[in-house]
Amino acid sequence: MASNHTVVTEPHIFFGKLTLDSIPYHDPILVTTFTVVVIGTLGLVGAVLYFGKLKYLWNEWFTSVDHKKIGIMYVIASLIMLLRGFSDALLMRSQQAIAVASESGAGYLPPEHYDQIFTAHGVIMIFFVAMPLVVGLMNIVVPLQIGARDVAFPFLNSLSFWLFVVGALLLNISLFLGEFAATGWLAYPPLSGLEYSPWVGVDYWLWALQISGIGTLLTGVNFVVTILRMRAPGMSLMKMPVFTWTSLCANVLIVAAFPILTVTITLLTLDRYLGTHFFTGDMGGNQMMYVNLIWAWGHPEVYILILPAFGIFSEVTATFSRKRLFGYTSLVWATACIMVLSFVVWLHHFFTMGAGASVNAFFGIATMIISIPTGVKLFNWLFTMYKGRVEYTSPMWWTVAFFLTFTIGGMTGVMLAIPAANFVLHNSLFLIAHFHNVIIGGSLFGYFAGLIYWWPKATGFMLNETLNKWACGLWTVGFFMAFMPLYVLGFMGMTRRLNYYDNPVWNMWLLVAAAGALIVLCGILVQLYAIFASIRDHKKNQDVTGDPWGGRTLEWSTSSPPPFYNFAMLPDVRDRDHWHDMKEHGLAYQRPEKYNRIHMPKNTWAGAVMGGFFLVLGFAMVWHIWWMAILGSAGILGSWIAYAFQRDKDYYVEVDEVEAVENAHYQRMERAKQRQDVVDEDDIVTISV
Amino acid sequence: MSTVLPAPEPGYTGYIQEDHHHDYAGDSVFGFWVYILSDCILFATLFAVYAVLQNNFAGATEAVELFELNYVLAETALLLASSFTFGMGMLAANNNSMKGLFGWLLVTFGLGAGFLVMEVNEFIHFTHEGAAAWDSGAWSAFYGLIGTHGLHVFAGMVWMLVLFVLLARDGLSAENRTRLTLLSLFWHFLDIIWICVFSFVYLMGVM
Repeated sequence: MASNHTVVTEPHIFFGKLTLDSIPYHDPILVTTFTVVVIGTLGLVGAVLYFGKLKYLWNEWFTSVDHKKIGIMYVIASLIMLLRGFSDALLMRSQQAIAVASESGAGYLPPEHYDQIFTAHGVIMIFFVAMPLVVGLMNIVVPLQIGARDVAFPFLNSLSFWLFVVGALLLNISLFLGEFAATGWLAYPPLSGLEYSPWVGVDYWLWALQISGIGTLLTGVNFVVTILRMRAPGMSLMKMPVFTWTSLCANVLIVAAFPILTVTITLLTLDRYLGTHFFTGDMGGNQMMYVNLIWAWGHPEVYILILPAFGIFSEVTATFSRKRLFGYTSLVWATACIMVLSFVVWLHHFFTMGAGASVNAFFGIATMIISIPTGVKLFNWLFTMYKGRVEYTSPMWWTVAFFLTFTIGGMTGVMLAIPAANFVLHNSLFLIAHFHNVIIGGSLFGYFAGLIYWWPKATGFMLNETLNKWACGLWTVGFFMAFMPLYVLGFMGMTRRLNYYDNPVWNMWLLVAAAGALIVLCGILVQLYAIFASIRDHKKNQDVTGDPWGGRTLEWSTSSPPPFYNFAMLPDVRDRDHWHDMKEHGLAYQRPEKYNRIHMPKNTWAGAVMGGFFLVLGFAMVWHIWWMAILGSAGILGSWIAYAFQRDKDYYVEVDEVEAVENAHYQRMERAKQRQDVVDEDDIVTISV
Repeated sequence: MSTVLPAPEPGYTGYIQEDHHHDYAGDSVFGFWVYILSDCILFATLFAVYAVLQNNFAGATEAVELFELNYVLAETALLLASSFTFGMGMLAANNNSMKGLFGWLLVTFGLGAGFLVMEVNEFIHFTHEGAAAWDSGAWSAFYGLIGTHGLHVFAGMVWMLVLFVLLARDGLSAENRTRLTLLSLFWHFLDIIWICVFSFVYLMGVM
């Protein structure tokens, strides 16, 4: 914590800025958390070693280039980080619930700790929960939807994943060694400059985001190429499933926006490490340029998060309305419009900066225009449901909850887009309510719908439906209770990021919000229990056919989980809903006459090892340990070159192996069908009795 | 809107029957173009930063006092020439002439090294003249932009060294030809960026 440490200005040759002071052993909250994390980690590692699973983990998961496995690892990591980010949320809600001026004092969190918590909360939720969850879903689904056997660059995909893990690790190390940034999630200078943040908090922020950001950039390139070049024969762009379309647009945004983040972070790094004057208040630096640059990336980023969620809702709505998606073409064009418009609205994040009336008017109108293609989409989904045989499965619950929540969030967004109103609402809790309204009610609900929808595809068994409906209900009620009061508080003039306040009128609303957060907690616990219960009962919930929901697109045409090569035969696509078309014409589940050998990439150590060296580099740079930084850089370069020199990065799966795998799948389906027939007969008997 | 397409042609199974050949080299080249696009945005951002900060000398030595066009012209000539020699190297590779390829690549490497030496020399000179990266916002932007370009050239040269060894080991294999194509794309791209640097930073800087 900032209060007790010594800021080392002359780094030690061996330890850099690292001293015994850097360990926050005087803070009981952190010591307790640390103990729990250490025991948990030791337990996990111990279990892995005890059951001799280390080799299995390394060979089957850590070095895997299989997009499905990488996707599953992304999802697991993001759910773990969700728990950390949500703990931060609970800390903030409880602090604000009691931190009203009174005899009891100002809550239990000192300002410098509280500031780190809200910073970590934002950074974790955006970069280490939402991003990996959506990238994980894209990894699992996109190659399957386009009838491909892997992504275009399997090694880069593995490397992207490990760079994300390194970013998350650095962020978590900061909890127990040093501090995290206390600047807000986008670290505006001059607060994030060396003068006001002299210790390592901002450096952790810089390196965690820089390293995971490079990983995201690689993911963007990878998926753009995968989607544009690896689609099955016959699948023209306008025959692509909508989730693939929205993923394509999101990845184009990644390729176009993340370099801006890379540059912005690098320049702030230079300011802090070399004393340059990009964003300083004196010597010709320009702080407003930082705010412009970070939002020139940041606004497209929110569309990177929401567009794939729109794709998920489209798949879910069409599947469970048992209808073709209404207005596919308009939905695709609306997505493309949003993709372009997302680059011309960034200034609405700082209307109050003083850019002048005409500039503010331009960005205000551009922002309002974005709501038009978004509105188009809502009508697409509603008309898809219209006259459909709607089945209210749990993904559909999340979808309907989204319609309601997101529409409210969208309307408050248009309110904020009015510059004159923005001068009043800027930096208030109204804004906080708005963006949680669209990120939770839009993106996150979508990811949850997608997670349940594609869970059987990834794992081979279904999630518990009843529990997930409960989770959806608790989340929705909890969300409204937690965030509607924030709109009110915004109108009452409460600004964001307050550690303490002296207006007793606000207290009641903050108590309601805290209760809402607890209901959301119940929702999360039910979700975790649903996952646990479904794994426990996985024999009963098995998805034998690979098509448990009656799906329409290609991912449902292969087994669950799919074989490592995805498709024994590549699809010959003639319709947008290819799998639905095949089922209609009795072509589904027909065994081909012969199989061909299949070309596949081999697993590689390189992604995980390079990730390890990136962790060394990042840690060394945070603590100014130069020898270690050189070691890390040399390791990265060396392992990359060693990988380049490696021969035999791919191989052929021979026909007998393909045949064996496919036969096993058909036998499982046959046995399940017989069992089903027996059960049906039993039913008839029961009825006659 | 009908939801069912007309029945398919007889013999249509929904799957293609033949072994499907995928153009992996094409993926790499296209992927590299996409990467270059993202790199363009990286440089565009740095140019924008330079445009914002270019006059903020804050009392430090000003660019107009230091820029020597003849020196920069020589630097530029080295880099442009290296693009030409890389092109010659590619022609040699297309003619399967390992000797020609190695020769031209060596010349390219030498020209790139000459460019970098001149650039570093200029940096040292400027720093001594009171125009270091930490002396003012304008100079920070200058070193940020040109230094990033220089780092790219350096990375290209490391890549070239690795490729020398790979070529010596495997000859002109399909994989090495793809690598050569990618590196040449990268090298020419850096040339184009440098022309922008020359025009916007140096030429406009002395005006």
